[in-house]
This record gives sequence, C-alpha cells and structure tokens, in this order.
Amino acid sequence: MHPAYSVIFFTTASGAGYGMLVWLAALAALGDPNPGLVGGLILFALALGLVTAGLLSSTFHLGHPERAWRALSQWRSSWLSREGVAAIITYGPALLFALGWVVFTSVEGIWMIVGLVAAFMALVTVACTGMIYASLKAIPRWTDITVVPVYLAFALSTGGALALATLAVISPLPSLWAWLVTLAIALSWGLKLVYWNRIDNAAPVATAETATGLGHIGPVSLFEAPHTGENYIMREMGFQIARKHAARLRIIALVLGGAVPLLAFATAALSVGPVMVAACIVGVAGVGIGVLLERWLFFAEAQHAAMLYYGAKAV
Amino acid sequence: MTSLPKQASDQKLGLVIDLDICVGCHACAVNCKEWNTGGHSAPLTDEDPYGADPLGVWFNRIHTYEAGDGPDGQTVHFPRSCLHCEEPACVTVCPTGASYKRESDGIVLVNADTCIGCKLCSWACPYGAREYDHSDGVMKKCTLCIDRIENQNLPEIDRVPACVSTCPASARHFGDLGDPNSEVSQIVAERGGYDLMPEMDMKPTNKYLPPRARPVSTAPTPENTPIRAAESGGTGSRFLDWVDQTLSR
Repeated sequence: MHPAYSVIFFTTASGAGYGMLVWLAALAALGDPNPGLVGGLILFALALGLVTAGLLSSTFHLGHPERAWRALSQWRSSWLSREGVAAIITYGPALLFALGWVVFTSVEGIWMIVGLVAAFMALVTVACTGMIYASLKAIPRWTDITVVPVYLAFALSTGGALALATLAVISPLPSLWAWLVTLAIALSWGLKLVYWNRIDNAAPVATAETATGLGHIGPVSLFEAPHTGENYIMREMGFQIARKHAARLRIIALVLGGAVPLLAFATAALSVGPVMVAACIVGVAGVGIGVLLERWLFFAEAQHAAMLYYGAKAV
Repeated sequence: MTSLPKQASDQKLGLVIDLDICVGCHACAVNCKEWNTGGHSAPLTDEDPYGADPLGVWFNRIHTYEAGDGPDGQTVHFPRSCLHCEEPACVTVCPTGASYKRESDGIVLVNADTCIGCKLCSWACPYGAREYDHSDGVMKKCTLCIDRIENQNLPEIDRVPACVSTCPASARHFGDLGDPNSEVSQIVAERGGYDLMPEMDMKPTNKYLPPRARPVSTAPTPENTPIRAAESGGTGSRFLDWVDQTLSR
C-alpha cells in the first residue's frame, strides 16, 4: 500500500496525543501530579494539540474536506465513522480534565473521573483507528490479530514518553513512571515483532489463480496489462518495498525506536536532574523515529488483493 | 446509509462474462468510457491524456492472462469491472453513506454529492473496481449503466450496459442473477459460472464463465509438424523452401 504521509502523521500524532491523555489520567488516579496552570497548559496543549493536528491532517487528504462532517454519520457499519465519533466525544471529558488540572488545580474526585473517562475514550478512539485497517479483508496481513494491540501499545509508549519528558522539565515524577514507560516501549516492540513474524510466515489468502478463477488450467500469470501506463489502483495499492529494504528498516526501527529509548528511559529512572531530562529527550526522539518507521512499514509492506490482477502472485 | 439492506434484494442485476469467447478487443472498455463520461458519474476524468504519464478513470479494464504451461497453456482475455457484490465491503466501510447498495436490484453506487473522497472504499475492494477521480475529488465506479438499463428514451434493445451492447463477440451478458430462470442464471448453471476470489466473502453478483476445455495436445508427430526445408534437405532457394513448407502443411 502507498504510505501516504498524511495518514502516517495522523495515526502517529493523534496516537501519541491520546496516549498522553491515558498517562495523565493514570497519574491523576495513581500518582500525585502537581496540577497547575503552566504545567497543565503545556501538557494538555501538547496532548490535545497532537490529537487535533492529527485529525486535521487526516482531512487534508480528503477530496472534499468541507464534507468531512458527513463522516460522523455511519457509525453503525464503518470503523472510520466510529473513529470520528469517538474522537469528537473524547474532547468533552478531555477538556473537562484539562479544566480541573489547569484552572482548579485539582485531579481529585470528579476531575479524576472525567480524566479516566477521557482516557477510556482515548483508548477507544485508537482502537477504532486500528480497526479501520484490521477490518479490511482485501489487505490480508492487516487482518492479523496483533494489529489493534500494536496501535494501542504504540499510542501508550509514545504518549508515555512525551508525558514523562514534559514532566521531567516541569515537575519530575517518581522513577516508577519511567519504568512504566520503559515497559510500554518494550511491550510495543514485542508486539510488533510478533506481527512481523506472523506476516512473514502467513499462508497466502488469495492468489492470481483464485483472483482469475483460471487455476484449474494451470499457474496464472499476467500476459498483458490493460494499459501501458499506471492507474489509480496501481499507484494507491501497488506500492511495494523490496524485502531487503524492509528488513533493514525493521532493524533501524528496532534499534532507534526500541533499544535506544529503552536504555534512555531506564537511565531516566535511575538518575535525577539534567541527566534524567537529557535521557528523556533522547528517549522521546527515539520513540518518535521508531513509530514513524513502524507506521511507514505497516503501509509499505502491506499487499492488496487487487494487485493480483496486475501481476502479483499471492497476497 | 452504508449498512447493507437487511434483506438481500430478490433482483440481483449483474453481468456474466464469457472468458471462452472474449477476444480481448477492449471495445467494452472503450464504450464504457464513452458512455459513462457523459452518464451518471460523469465525467471520467483523464489527467495528462496526451502526455508522458497519462492517468484516467475507467470502470472496465481488460487484462490478458496466461494460464497453464506448455502446449496446454491458454491465453485468456479477462475483462474486469465492479462485481456488484452481495456483501460489498466498499459499502460498509464508507463513513458518510455515499457508498450504497440499492435495495431494489443490488446495484452498488456512489452518491457523488456526499462522497468525501477518503478512498477507504477503494482499499476495501479486493477487486480493484473503484477508481478515484482526482479532479472531482470523489470515488467513481461501474454503475451497471443505470442510465441505460432504465432509460425509457432508448429502444428496448439498447437498455443494457454499454459494455454488453458493444461486445462484438457476445461475450458479455446482462440480466437478473437472482432469478434462477433468467437467461443469465441458466447460462451460469450450464457453463459452470464462478465467483472471483470467493475467499474474500463478498459474494460477487457478476459471474465468469470458464474457457471451454481444449482438445488435449499430443507430442509432435510427423503428421502435425511442418517439415522444415532444411531438415528435408533444403533447396537453397528461399522461395522454393517456402513453396515446400506451404505445400507440406
């Protein structure tokens, strides 16, 4: 599949923003953050800014952005519609949570409850994003059972890294939280490794023989394409990354996005002051690069069944 | 509403394509483009049509495949368009309700006034049947020529999709596949018409008729092999060799 930058930016940015909301709610419920005006403004501006920037970027690739509101109507059948509805609902409790944190300097009682509701809705929204892809039978590898968990895990690890790094500057947290972020990063890449292993070893779902129904005659190959140039389908679905490039990018993603932030946040957990801040910044940078590579590969490695009509042997 | 109709329609209008007869002339694709660029989903925009990298919207595309190896292999011309599935994923993924399946006859259509151009329906279709119009910013697809089949201004004989009316080999048939007694259903039953990619669970309405079995080829024999001039002690003259070969056929 063609890895469109608007979709990669949308899923990673809004994922990180929603992840941040979950961590802020967890802090409110379990920890003892120092709610306050400046810190709260920075934290919520970052979280809701990322969510909003992501949502806006997802409308840029529409043919008719001015009709985007219509996308909220078909939640009965469409995961894309459900994602839109969930995203908008999330703003309600998230803004109330921000109000308590920033204006009333409180994350207790009702403010904690709206925070937890915001966190729940954030997770629902990210799960809907994952389901948009996981529900597409035409791209068999995306229907893998790990797709939605990977989306959730990366939202948590990127959001956690951002929240921790921001708080490291504003009002440092107990080391427990750095360990939790480390755990989330480890979980994300663990799940991603499972996904990569499963897609590498998955049996083909459809073949050129089943796509044409000519398998009873013998092996089927494309003799002549319908036209000498490209068409929309070939540009949108025909993007394919060479296997050796994919393998290299996976290693780069694992090292920069996995190993480096794991070490960085472990260091942050064990240190204080400028060392901790520096470690958090390195960790955020690593996780950021990692999730962008992970998401780019998610699209670039996916094969669409329609390409069976254009010379692909199996998907 | 992009939820599917609760009950499948009794009438299931669709195409039956005979791969045994299709000669791969592309006339159906050309007439489809010709009609539909002025029809329900008009225009079918072409970008850079005379340039180095032309791109355009077509509802019908003709592929040619080789099936099988060696003397028993066949070259099969393969027209491909929307299959008007009974359970079309392109409809249920649509977030706006622009993509819908008609309750009365099962035709899958796009409402160009409410489509936001998110392209998700084209991702959901395993058959590559939907094509995005960059100039209009909406998705387009085969309408089964609803503006012909219901058109009271056309003589009755012409109330079939443009691809069907133009096929010089009569390789395309149009009719109600929901009625077991219809002509198309009977052809499908008789010839073993099949679904493309049944594993995708979309239950296509359109059916394809397989190429008929060919006589099994045998190893080359003196009777069925032209005698090469050189092998038969060629004459040295190209003209006489040609006469020799022609007469030996």
